[in-house]
Amino acid sequence: MSLRHIDELLDEALDATFPASDPVAITEDRDPITATVATRPPLAVLAAIVFILVACALAYAYTAGWLSPQQLTPARMVDALSRRGGDPVGHRRNHAKGICFTGEFEANGAGAVLSAAPMLARGRYPVIGRFAIATGNPQAPDATARVRSMAIRITAPDRQEWRSGMNNSPVFAVSTPEAFFEMTKAQELDPLTHKPNPLALARFFSNHPESGSFVAWARSAPWTSSYADQAYNSLNAFYFIDAAGHSHLVRWSMRPTLPASPVSQSFLLSLGRDFLDLDLSQRLATGPLRWHLIVTVAERSDPSSDATLAWPANRRQLDVGTLIVERAESESDGPCRDYNYDPTILPVGIRPSRDPLLAARSSAYARSFDLREAEAASFPRSHGAK
Amino acid sequence: MALMVIAMLFIGIGMVATLRPRFLTLLSIHKPLGSLVLVLALLRLGVRLQRGAPPLPSDLPRAQVAAAIASHVLLYVLLIVMPLIGWSMLSAGGYPIVIYGPIRLPGIMPHDAALYALLRSAHTLLAYLLFATILAHLSAALFHAWVRRDDVFPSMAPWRSRAPSDRT
Repeated sequence: MSLRHIDELLDEALDATFPASDPVAITEDRDPITATVATRPPLAVLAAIVFILVACALAYAYTAGWLSPQQLTPARMVDALSRRGGDPVGHRRNHAKGICFTGEFEANGAGAVLSAAPMLARGRYPVIGRFAIATGNPQAPDATARVRSMAIRITAPDRQEWRSGMNNSPVFAVSTPEAFFEMTKAQELDPLTHKPNPLALARFFSNHPESGSFVAWARSAPWTSSYADQAYNSLNAFYFIDAAGHSHLVRWSMRPTLPASPVSQSFLLSLGRDFLDLDLSQRLATGPLRWHLIVTVAERSDPSSDATLAWPANRRQLDVGTLIVERAESESDGPCRDYNYDPTILPVGIRPSRDPLLAARSSAYARSFDLREAEAASFPRSHGAK
Repeated sequence: MALMVIAMLFIGIGMVATLRPRFLTLLSIHKPLGSLVLVLALLRLGVRLQRGAPPLPSDLPRAQVAAAIASHVLLYVLLIVMPLIGWSMLSAGGYPIVIYGPIRLPGIMPHDAALYALLRSAHTLLAYLLFATILAHLSAALFHAWVRRDDVFPSMAPWRSRAPSDRT
């Protein structure tokens, strides 16, 4: 049944219900709503029009999530992260405390066999990145953060970009955005003590067996006093697409060239609040820091969409290049400040896997970015002073 | 084209409300479809300026004529401004503007936080305005079709071929 048919049927129905007496009478009357042609009262028709409008508006409201207050939206997720961090106005709502870096990615060309991404072809590509700690509080003491992160933005000459956000844990704590939301709420600050309730997070982990590997790492991994000796892992998997169009499921890691120097957490607590930034600046004053970008290729049975599951250690690994970190700048004036390190911003030759965390990261980061860019006045630049 | 614009409004408001994988799918439709709407809206505006539009009924009250003209102007302005704001917003946010695969657009605004924030809010607010204008446009079209029963709806609907003189 075409639109034309529906239209004609409706006309016939209207004509049968409201037979026209004199069409001239309609056009002569300048206000049809109060027309004295009583044989065609428009009330039912007006009601139909109102009904259609209301239905359209409700459909829009429903799509927007306004009729579903319990739905996990980016706004609710970012609100929960804000509450966890004590409302970091002007800052990222997670990994809120960090420092910018600039440098280069020197690709050795080995990655070109797996991916057509331009920045994997042999060459040097500019990088703007950021080290951070996984906290919602930009004033958190560095010694209290178990998870450290590296975000990078690699640009190719044709202006394609590869953005990635990586953590120093070997796996992620959760596999779904819903679980991440629960974990975030478990770290909410108690309104009286302004501290999280330690029992809440413990209860979360006991209810989430998939967090086991992450918790084991968090308990046993050595603490160090530097960003420079940490590995940073993609956690989520991606597809490298080669020039022939074949897909390869991969994860990647930035592997440090400095050995880790383990210290105790209590030693770190004695170092002062911002020892990571100081350490980074001191090291870079004597020369660049390097990481190798190691790509791990999955085999058929390896899970593509669960960041809590490690792949077996014997999987093929490829060193595709070296990240050379040359300079650090504080975030208030640094070049990383106004970028959103969305891990789904990828060049041709790299695609996200179906890991549900990737879409959630992209959506939530967009929301956090929108908020903080509008709040820039709350995190003032120092007007050129470095 | 009307369907594309309505789809864009629902895709836009829907994608910012979800963390699910459909967020990426909706985003991957929103940019190319928005680009297409811009091109078509500009073409349509060109045609409109050259060829004019079907006349409104001669007996339409002046207030309704004014409302009709204002809403049509608003529709043209919004259909062109909205995709331009989307493009500008991504530029000001330092995002690469990937339309589809290797098809990319250059940035058209400087990378600036305050500018991004302004454009981002404008994109949402003008989307609400566009949706409201479309609802008003729809209700007026139905009013012309079902209450006044004049020539306006036949001039809009491409499937109507009946001339007004066919009606008794």
